[in-house]
Amino acid sequence: MNTVKPGYVRPLDLRNGRVDLGFGAGGRAMAQLISELFARAFANDYLARGDDGAVLPAPAAGERLVMATDAHVVSPLFFPGGDIGSLSVHGTVNDLAVMGARPLYLAASFILEEGYALAELARIVDSMAAAARAAGVVVVTGDTKVVEQGKGDGVFITTTGVGALPAGRDPGGARARPGDAVLLSGRIGDHGMAIMAQRESLAFDSEIVSDSAALNGLVEALYAAVPAEAVRVLRDPTRGGLATTLNEIATQSGVGMELDEAAIPVSPQVHAACELLGLDPLYVANEGKLVVLCAPEHAEAALAALHAHPLGAEAARIGAATADPQHFVQIRTGFGGRRMVDWLAGEQLPRIC
Amino acid sequence: MKYVDEFRDGTLAAGLARAIAREADSGRDYAFMEFCGGHTHAISRYGVADLLPANVRMIHGPGCPVCVLPIGRVDMAIRLALARPEVILCTYGDCLRVPASDGLSLLKAKARGADVRMVYSAADALALAAREPAREVVFFAIGFETTTPPTALVLRQAAAQGLANFSVICNHVLTPSAISTILESPEVRRLGTVPLDGFIGPAHVSTIIGSQPYAFFAEEYRKPVVIAGFEPLDVMQAIRMLVRQVNEGRAEVENEFARAVVPEGNLKAKTLVAETFELRRSFEWRGLGLVPYSALRIRAAFAPWDAEAKFGLDYHPVPDNRACECGAILRGVRKPTDCKLFGTVCTPETPMGSCMVSSEGACAAHYNYGRFRDVPVRVVDNSAPPNPDQETA
Repeated sequence: MNTVKPGYVRPLDLRNGRVDLGFGAGGRAMAQLISELFARAFANDYLARGDDGAVLPAPAAGERLVMATDAHVVSPLFFPGGDIGSLSVHGTVNDLAVMGARPLYLAASFILEEGYALAELARIVDSMAAAARAAGVVVVTGDTKVVEQGKGDGVFITTTGVGALPAGRDPGGARARPGDAVLLSGRIGDHGMAIMAQRESLAFDSEIVSDSAALNGLVEALYAAVPAEAVRVLRDPTRGGLATTLNEIATQSGVGMELDEAAIPVSPQVHAACELLGLDPLYVANEGKLVVLCAPEHAEAALAALHAHPLGAEAARIGAATADPQHFVQIRTGFGGRRMVDWLAGEQLPRIC
Repeated sequence: MKYVDEFRDGTLAAGLARAIAREADSGRDYAFMEFCGGHTHAISRYGVADLLPANVRMIHGPGCPVCVLPIGRVDMAIRLALARPEVILCTYGDCLRVPASDGLSLLKAKARGADVRMVYSAADALALAAREPAREVVFFAIGFETTTPPTALVLRQAAAQGLANFSVICNHVLTPSAISTILESPEVRRLGTVPLDGFIGPAHVSTIIGSQPYAFFAEEYRKPVVIAGFEPLDVMQAIRMLVRQVNEGRAEVENEFARAVVPEGNLKAKTLVAETFELRRSFEWRGLGLVPYSALRIRAAFAPWDAEAKFGLDYHPVPDNRACECGAILRGVRKPTDCKLFGTVCTPETPMGSCMVSSEGACAAHYNYGRFRDVPVRVVDNSAPPNPDQETA
C-alpha cells in the first residue's frame, strides 16, 4: 500500500523545538510557523487570507482613525501578572485608549532569537491572543524575523494598533487648564516593582503582581459618565511612572500641578519594596493605570465612573492643575511640607546609604 | 509600613513644628548643618523646611558619598574597565552616573563596551567573582563608615577562600575628618562670617562609629551635635534639640537616634575595619579638596585583593569647573542658587559639580525638590473666581 502523502508537512515540534534561522528565511518553515502558531492562536478572517496586509472596513461616519505603535522588550519575559505577549497587546491598546479611541486592530511584529524554545513562544503567543480577545481587538497582520543567537533577548514584540475615535472626543496632552482635577485609576508602581523583584540580582521575594491590563473598557466607562469635552487629558503612566506623565502634561499644556501625596494610592508591598531599594514609587512603571485630567465640575462624576469599573476601584482624585508659568509639578507631602516632583534624570537608581 | 510610617506622621510633625517655633528665639537666627546626604534627602523629600520657622535655616553638608568622590577616582575605574576586557567592574547604583573626564561615566563606559554592573552589596560582587572564575571582578567601593564594614568583610572572605579573581578599589572616606575640615575652614573658624550653630550628626554612620567621635567637635569648636535618624520626624526632633542647646548655651553631643546608636558604636564592625584598612595620609574630596587622614586604604596583608596594587592604577586629579561653587556650598558659605552654573549649565542631567551629582547633594536636592521656592507660584482655580492673593510659595 502506498503511504506517501504528497501534501503532508510534519507539524512543528512545539514541545521540544527551538527557533532556528529558517523561521525567518521566508521559506516553508516560516509559513509553517505562521500557520501553526500565529494564525491558529489569533484565528480571524483577515489573517486567514494569508496576504501581505489586512483589508479593513472604513470607520463609521464622523469617526476618525487613530494609530499607535509600541515596541516591547522586557526581562524577564514572564512575570507575575503577565508576560511579553499580554504586555504587547496592552501597551498599544492603551496608547489608543488614552487617545480616546476604541481600539480595533493590531499588527504584530516579532523578532525572535535563534534557539528560543518554541514551547515558550507558543505560551507568549497564546497569552497575546487571550489578551487581544479580552480587549476586543483583532490581530490582523504580522511579521516574523529571526536574529542569531546572542543578538536578541528571546523575543521582542512590536505592535501597531488602529482605533476609531468617536466624534466629539479629543483628549490631548496640551489641553489641561488650570483648575482641572487630576484623577488616577488606582495603585502605582505595581508593574515596575513586580519586574524588579524577578531580577536575579535582587534577593527578595514579593507577592507584587504587575497591573498590566487593557484600559479601553475603563476609558469607555469614563466617556459614558461625563461630556466628552470635560475629558481634557488621558494618559497611561508607563515608563518613568506617574511623575514623568504629569510633568509631560504640565509641559505640553503650559500648566503647573499641585498634588496631594496622601491621596496617591500605593500598595504596602510596593511601598516597602521601594523603601528597601531607595526608589520613589512616583517614578516606577505602570502598565494598567489611567491618569485623567478632567474639568473640575465633572470630576466627581468621572471619579464615580472610574470607581464603578473593576480597574478603577481604587481610583482617587490626587490633585489639580494650576496656573504656573514654570510648569512645575508640586506635591504636598504627607509630612506637611511641599516639594517638587521633577522629571527623572536618567534611570532611577538605588541610593547607597 | 510598620516602624517607618510612624516616623513620617504629619500630625506629630505639626506638633513638633509648633514646638520649634515656640522655642526658637525670634531675636536671632539659627543655622544648622545636616552632615549626611540621607538627612538632606529626607529634608527635601518631605518638605521639612516648610515646617521650620523663618529664622531656622538648614545647611546641606558634604555627607553624600557619591558627591564627594573625586573625578579622578571614577576615571581610574573607567580606564581599568575599558582597557581590560576581562574585568567586570561592579559598583553601587548611584555611582554609575557620576560624570568623569572626557564626557564619560561608568554608565557611558558600559555603552562603549566596558563590562560595568550594578550590585546591591559588596557580597553580590564577591559572589559574581566565584561564579565567573575566568573573569576579573573588581568592586569599586565607595561610602562613609556605613558601607566600609561590608567591604572589609568581602576582602577577608576573598582572602579566606583564596579567590584570586576578586579585588577592590577602595574609596572609603571618614566622616569626622570632613566635619573637621568644615569647622577649620577660615569662614567658619576665624572670620565668623558663616554662622554655623550646630550639626545634625549622621544616622547610619553613627551606628558604626558611635556617638563618641563627635565629642571633640562639641568641646573644641563649641558646636552642639545631635545624632539623628534619617526619618523626617527624627530630623525635626533633632532640630528642636539643637535649638534648645543653643538657647541654653550648651555644646554637647546628644543622641536622638538612640534606637540604633550607642556611644561606643559597633565594636565588631570597627575591629573588622581596623584589621582590614589603614588611614591614607591624604585623600582628595570633591568640593573640599585634599583632606588629611580622611580616607582608608587596604592593608598590605590584603594587597592581592587591592585593585590599585594589582592593576597598578594611578590617580590623576581632575579640577572642577572654575565657576563651580560646590566647595563653598558644602561649607555653608554659599547657597546653591548663589552659583552661576546652578540650573543653567549644571543640572542633574548634566552635573558640573559634586553637589549636583546625586539626589543627596545640596544642589541636586534643591533642583529636584525645592526650586519652586525660587519663584512665587500662583494657584488659580477655574471653578472659582480668580483670587489674586492666593499664593502658595
